[in-house]
Amino acid sequence: MPRLALTTNYAVAHAAKDSDVDVVAAYPITPSTPAAEKLAEFVANGEMDAEYIHVESEHSAASALVGASAVGARAFTVTASQGLIYMSEVLYIASGLRLPIVLGVASRALSAPLSIWGDMHDIAPLRDAGLIIYFVSSAQEAYDTVIQAFKVAEDPRVHLPAIVDYDGFVLSHVTEPVETIEKEEVLKYIPKNITWNTLNPKKPISMGTVGDPDWYYEFKYQQQVAMENALQVAVEADEEFGKMFGRKYGIVEPYCMEDADIAMIAYGAHAGTARVAVDKAREKGIKVGLIRLKLWRPFPSEQLKKLLEGVSVVGVLDRAMALGGPLQGPVALDVGTLIATKVPGVKLVSFTIGIGQRDVRVDDLVKAAEMLDEVAKGKEPPEKTVPIGLRE
Amino acid sequence: MSLKEVGPMQEIKNHMQIPRDEYIAGGHSACQGCGHFIIVRHLLKAAGPNTIVVNPTGCLEVVTTVFPYSSWRVPWIHVAFENGGAVASGIEAAIKALQRKGVLPKDEQINVVVFAGDGGTVDIGFQSLSGMLERGHKVVYVLLDNEAYMNTGIQRSGSTPFGAWTTTTPVGKKWKGEWRVRKDMIQIAVAHHIPYAATINPAYPVDMYNKMVKALKADGPAFLHAYSPCPTGWRFDPSRTIEVARLAVLTGYWVLYEYDHGQYKVNVPVLKRKPVKEFIKLQGRFRHMTEEQIKKLQEIIDQQVEMINKLVGKQVIGPVVE
Repeated sequence: MPRLALTTNYAVAHAAKDSDVDVVAAYPITPSTPAAEKLAEFVANGEMDAEYIHVESEHSAASALVGASAVGARAFTVTASQGLIYMSEVLYIASGLRLPIVLGVASRALSAPLSIWGDMHDIAPLRDAGLIIYFVSSAQEAYDTVIQAFKVAEDPRVHLPAIVDYDGFVLSHVTEPVETIEKEEVLKYIPKNITWNTLNPKKPISMGTVGDPDWYYEFKYQQQVAMENALQVAVEADEEFGKMFGRKYGIVEPYCMEDADIAMIAYGAHAGTARVAVDKAREKGIKVGLIRLKLWRPFPSEQLKKLLEGVSVVGVLDRAMALGGPLQGPVALDVGTLIATKVPGVKLVSFTIGIGQRDVRVDDLVKAAEMLDEVAKGKEPPEKTVPIGLRE
Repeated sequence: MSLKEVGPMQEIKNHMQIPRDEYIAGGHSACQGCGHFIIVRHLLKAAGPNTIVVNPTGCLEVVTTVFPYSSWRVPWIHVAFENGGAVASGIEAAIKALQRKGVLPKDEQINVVVFAGDGGTVDIGFQSLSGMLERGHKVVYVLLDNEAYMNTGIQRSGSTPFGAWTTTTPVGKKWKGEWRVRKDMIQIAVAHHIPYAATINPAYPVDMYNKMVKALKADGPAFLHAYSPCPTGWRFDPSRTIEVARLAVLTGYWVLYEYDHGQYKVNVPVLKRKPVKEFIKLQGRFRHMTEEQIKKLQEIIDQQVEMINKLVGKQVIGPVVE
């Protein structure tokens, strides 16, 4: 099991190689490009036995993956930002066709203005597309999660596309130690079993037919059922990964939540920053804990509900702005719904951080914890999302 | 001369040799007289059952697969409108990878065929087609050209001929139908350095069938530009589909030629061309055309014919003779 110094971009490329991916169709876009280049290097050297399709756009990358998966191939790509949105038409279709393609996304801000820098505006709108979406917080976790993503996506109870999302530049380009796993061992965890419907001349089927008003609703409902199943499958996949390879994460990761009166929810790289802020806030006597959200879709309602029961206020640190929403944090909107339906009485504060890769300081998050503490002590929660780091 | 049917992937000498097996079933909801089905049926006979079809959004896709019904007796996939070339690329690459890894049998050829309309090829599907051709995937791409976006109700495309009425190039006080010259898809395909490209026409079934076999056997991407008359969009009686298709060739409007590994050949020479007005008067979409417009259309056809004669190196398509 070679231990390598890898950026998250390289880590996801290694994971695809070690998962014996059959087809890669990738188009370069900052900050995911090094991952696409590393995959090309693997194929060029014969280290990875896959067809590499030099597609002429991201829309075609996703389309080629749909075609490849439809014939039973394990298919993978990487992208970001404009590319993810451009291919999104096809990702909805991949979900409807129930094809288990996996994508690495080096999350980056969306134009306009043009920004190559990291934040989560690209992945946020895909929340409702019927895709499994993971946020990771380290190169190691990205490596492990790509492998888990294949297991979950290809499970007969699921059959949906999966995205492993990682912060552009802050994770994609930063070198960290990664324990990799031998391909033969990975294949014991994710054997090549074509469990989904495929195009086979011996047993012809028609995929992607018209669904008129008499049929469409039921197809969508089946996707929803698959999403619900995916939660349990994701939990099992993580447990099994832990047993086989010694590392597991959970789909939410609590820190100092046992006696917490205040919870902060964070995801991606800045969950690390928030963790340090929690320690500092604790030193000041604030009884705050952190919940790192790892699986965003399907939304881990039960797991979050358990952690939020007994907490008086929760602050959600979002890395994207849901413009015009009742609050502007995409995950905050989900948490708000959870509270309203399952954990009434918990107060909600929404924050945005790191927009367009604006620096996120530990002290900013300590101040956020202090704000939450004031709300816990009776102050009215802010009516609008608090934009940390904005120059007003 | 044998009149017995041949197996798939074999060229024929006469129409009696066309295989009888049908890989697309009737009962679909195409218009009477639709050109698409003549073309598709014949290609599937040439290809045989070991064939995967990619079908971007359009008339063909919509009339053959309204769930829970399907006309297709071969594996078939529809993904979106603009990505036929890309989906086919993914299928072709996956088959290669899976054959190499022993998941699919190595010795079994699986044909990958795209059936796309002019919408999904000349306009919105152009980029995806171009990428597929440039990368050299072994795919047969059949452009079923009915010269407008027919599925959505007859809107113009980059393949709509000069002068034609469509709902987005209507005839009014300021506009008199389409005023631009359609794209030359064979030349565009050839510019991608592919091994084989050809025009085909259902009024010439033996020529059409043999080009389909050649395309399926090509050692790389093959592009077939099929003339598919549309009674509904072109406004002619559905019983006259083949007549319209034949007249297109006899006027030089549609030249039956092929490009095979660098060599051009005109398969159906026309020594004396009929004037284009013979062709126009059969179709309601051209009914409004003035003398001047007809003259312009004739010039466009004359230029096209001249270009093809040059490519072939001799006057295989002759002058207009009234």
